[in-house]
Amino acid sequence: MLTFIARRLVAAIGLLIVVSFITFVIFFVVPQWAGQTPEQMARAYVGRGTTPAELQIVETRLGFNQAFLPHYFDYLKAMFVGTTYFDGTTYLHCSAPCFGYSFRTYQEVWPTVLSVFPVTLSIALGAGVLWLIFGVASGVVSAVFKGSVWDRASMFISLLGVSLPVYFIAPLAMLVLCYNWSLLPSPTYVGFTTNPASWAENMILPWTCLAFGYAALYTRLTRAGMLDAMSEDFTRTARAKGLPEHRVIGKHALRAAVTPIVTIFGMDFGALLGGAVLAEQAFSMHGVGALAINSIASQDFPMIMGVTLFAALFVILANLVVDVAYAALDPRVRLA
Amino acid sequence: MSIEDYRSEAISTTSVGTAASGTEPLMSVSGLQMHFPVRRGVLHRTVGTVKAVDGVDLTVHPGETLGLVGESGCGKSTTGRMLTRLGEPTGGSIVFEGRDITHMSQGQLRPLRRDIQMVFQDPQSSLNPRHTIGTIVGAPFAIQGVEPPGGRKKAVQDLLSLVGLSPEHYNRYPHEFSGGQRQRIGIARALALKPKLLVADEPVSALDVSIQAQVVNLFEDIQAELGLAYVFIAHDLSVVRHISDRVAVMYLGKIMEIAPRDDLYGTPRHPYTQALLSAVPLPDPDRKGEEASRERILLQGDVPSPLNPPSGCRFRTRCWKAQDICAAQEPPLMQIGGVRPTGVEHKVACHFPD
Amino acid sequence: MSRETEVHTLSVPPGGTSDRAFLDVRDLRVHFGTEDGLVKSVDGLSFQLERGRTLGIVGESGSGKSVTSMSLLGLHPRADRKGKGGAILSGEIWLDGQELVSATPEQLRALRGQKMAMIFQDPLSAMHPYYSVGAQIAEAYRVHNEVSKAQARKRAIELLDRVGIPQPDSRVDDYPHQFSGGMRQRAMIAMALVCNPELLIADEPTTALDVTVQAQILDLMRDLQKEFNSALIIITHDLGVVAELADDIMVMYGGKAVEYGPAKSVFTEPEHPYAWGLLGSMPRLDRPVQDRLLPIPGNPPSLINLPSGCAFNPRCAYKEACGTACTTVVPELEPTDGAAKHLVRCHLPVETRRTTFTEEIRNHL
Repeated sequence: MLTFIARRLVAAIGLLIVVSFITFVIFFVVPQWAGQTPEQMARAYVGRGTTPAELQIVETRLGFNQAFLPHYFDYLKAMFVGTTYFDGTTYLHCSAPCFGYSFRTYQEVWPTVLSVFPVTLSIALGAGVLWLIFGVASGVVSAVFKGSVWDRASMFISLLGVSLPVYFIAPLAMLVLCYNWSLLPSPTYVGFTTNPASWAENMILPWTCLAFGYAALYTRLTRAGMLDAMSEDFTRTARAKGLPEHRVIGKHALRAAVTPIVTIFGMDFGALLGGAVLAEQAFSMHGVGALAINSIASQDFPMIMGVTLFAALFVILANLVVDVAYAALDPRVRLA
Repeated sequence: MSIEDYRSEAISTTSVGTAASGTEPLMSVSGLQMHFPVRRGVLHRTVGTVKAVDGVDLTVHPGETLGLVGESGCGKSTTGRMLTRLGEPTGGSIVFEGRDITHMSQGQLRPLRRDIQMVFQDPQSSLNPRHTIGTIVGAPFAIQGVEPPGGRKKAVQDLLSLVGLSPEHYNRYPHEFSGGQRQRIGIARALALKPKLLVADEPVSALDVSIQAQVVNLFEDIQAELGLAYVFIAHDLSVVRHISDRVAVMYLGKIMEIAPRDDLYGTPRHPYTQALLSAVPLPDPDRKGEEASRERILLQGDVPSPLNPPSGCRFRTRCWKAQDICAAQEPPLMQIGGVRPTGVEHKVACHFPD
Repeated sequence: MSRETEVHTLSVPPGGTSDRAFLDVRDLRVHFGTEDGLVKSVDGLSFQLERGRTLGIVGESGSGKSVTSMSLLGLHPRADRKGKGGAILSGEIWLDGQELVSATPEQLRALRGQKMAMIFQDPLSAMHPYYSVGAQIAEAYRVHNEVSKAQARKRAIELLDRVGIPQPDSRVDDYPHQFSGGMRQRAMIAMALVCNPELLIADEPTTALDVTVQAQILDLMRDLQKEFNSALIIITHDLGVVAELADDIMVMYGGKAVEYGPAKSVFTEPEHPYAWGLLGSMPRLDRPVQDRLLPIPGNPPSLINLPSGCAFNPRCAYKEACGTACTTVVPELEPTDGAAKHLVRCHLPVETRRTTFTEEIRNHL
């Protein structure tokens, strides 16, 4: 098991380096291939209004006049030991881990991303718990009472959930619950450490709206998985042993059905941690997703790169966790 | 072309009859190997080799039926796939009608596909559900670009009646047929180009007993009429005995014993063959219970992994006759009891044959 | 061997009601409502079995043999009042004086694994891949016995040892995929035996196994039956396997028993043309090689739309001999002689059947 985790960890680190390389190529090299001069690129990175002499220094600092590989290694090195940037007027220190410096907001990229991360984490965590519980539960009930009124109702609701995007449900829910009925506050992010009760109250809407679509999907996945598992020979064996039906369903069939769900959940959750773009936008919450959107809008390249790497980190981490979880859940994987 | 023409023509192109020692072998195989590397880890290093087939020698004569028996994992199916060159051997050679086909490319093999055909175990999955029977059985004509006299449709309908199906089934789909009928379709497709060798891999084991007998009879009828040779791969020892002229017994990728049918079943020389034959339950209530088990050689344990076969003789770990030499030295597959008047060989790979 | 010197007898003469047999099935019907129509998987089946005796049920796919075993254990979900969503059961199943067709699901559950247990065909798919072999055996023990986990585990090791698993105290924690096919079937047998069931049903227990392993398992089952003195039903398509184990044999076709009697007389003096066909279809190692097999023409019938009269009539070579009855009247399962030991469901006169078998069939088997 330990060698298995170690092997996966090595693979994950390798993958991160590959991702960093690809982002680097996209943001530093592709523009050059597209015919941009180092000077134009330097201008694009720090904004307009710098003199040619200053731009020259920017170029050097950002390494645009370097050869490809040394440039990449400088970029990697900065992540571990930090570096100093120059925007034409001031020298700006970016301490390790340095993922770049935003010349738009005059902020280091990494601390900026970290500062908005709690918002995304709050949204993803609550929504994840909700959709996992409701999705799996309603999927199991649907499968066990296949063809019943409950099954048909939950299939209809889940069809709605899959087809209605969060940016449609969110304004609708806010309109009804916050403005018409005033049941909930219009969501604004309150830090968990500041006031947990208020945090939760403000988060209820983002959680439920985001979880709705996922729960719908998970209901269908669980239902299909349970139906498969319930027709398996081992479920029949469990019944033949005289196990009570709740044990047959809850232990034998469910165990087989949730294993693939865990995998999918890990991937979905990891992707959300890299920015719940739609949900954050819909509720005007400033998390990693909103940061990504804003950086793109203002062509803040270092920030875009930073957010991309951050998202990639979570997807890769999620993959790692899923692999390990799968090995823990399915004994057949361990030896493979 | 009528079915009679079809038959007479087929007969004239191949020699009819059972294993005649004088004739040139249709196919001869020597030292045939199929080793699959086992890869592990991030770098996919090779950590071992599964020796699925590890040095098989055999010959197939025109018009004869060679039975290939053995338990699961003995490599009999892998061998069958290599004989039809659906798999490329990692060692050894296959010579068909004097030509070495061991490493021929797909392009070079194409004309050969007319002469060597295969029938698979599962008639359900080996027929494309979206194609009509006409398309399926006629596919070999299309692939080989052969235009049979009288047209493809006529030829396909002739084939369908040859295997005992109605020519009216031409436009139907596989799901409309039962398992036995689907196996007949598979056989018709294999026969389309009048092959000289048909490799049948467990062709009846998925079928019900009564249907099994129908298909076994069909195989015999077709051979009597078309004179082609069969390699009949199966785990059912009784079926193999019924249909084969000669029988080879495989264990862990090697042939343990090969002999004419009556010799092998009448006087098995290899301990494994003896154990295998004694294990078959007989439909005879007089031999019920203890009586049956007293006569039975009960092998201990399971077949070892082909990843790490025992040294020397592969069967020694389960053999009651095993001695030191069995672990030290691998017994070669050798002729025993002198050359028969018929000239047909009884070969055994054992240090202590009976 | 003549009929008079028969040593085997049926456990209880069918029709006798005084003392109920340990397992007494009467006119069992298992039907399933489907969109295409009513599937009569089992249609009027009666048999008896005592402790320590073995009944072999033989038939091809769709003959109803597996449905019979499933319904004995009550494993089919029952249909609702409209006859949908499951099995429609009628008839009686008496197990040691308790009637099972009318039993509640909870009563059935309490009996399953405890008083009656089942061994399935493919042990790899019949065992849960995510739980260890020992846990699955222990679980079966703990459902019916109030014991600690440690005690149940001990019992599992004991049983694994009994069924011939080497080093049972370490193999108990292995997962099914770490066992070989033969060992998995041994473990499956251990799981079935863990509560000392009095009725053991084995559904194609050796079909997925190699012949040398099959021999080991048949040997084991025979020893265990003697040791546990359980009633054993073995369901298979392999006549060799039933001949090894069974005292009585029932041949099923189209959901009905067509021939039922002591193993010896069914094998040596079969009277139903379908039984002849089964025997003739099978090449035998203990006989000289036949030129040709004698297959049954045609295919097994659809259970939704059984042929009228005798279900076997479209495939029967002898139906001309009995006039129109074969195609119009369903034959009864009747004694071939006064002794009521050997029952056959066929319109052909007894004498015709006997002479046909001795003169035409026997020499070809």
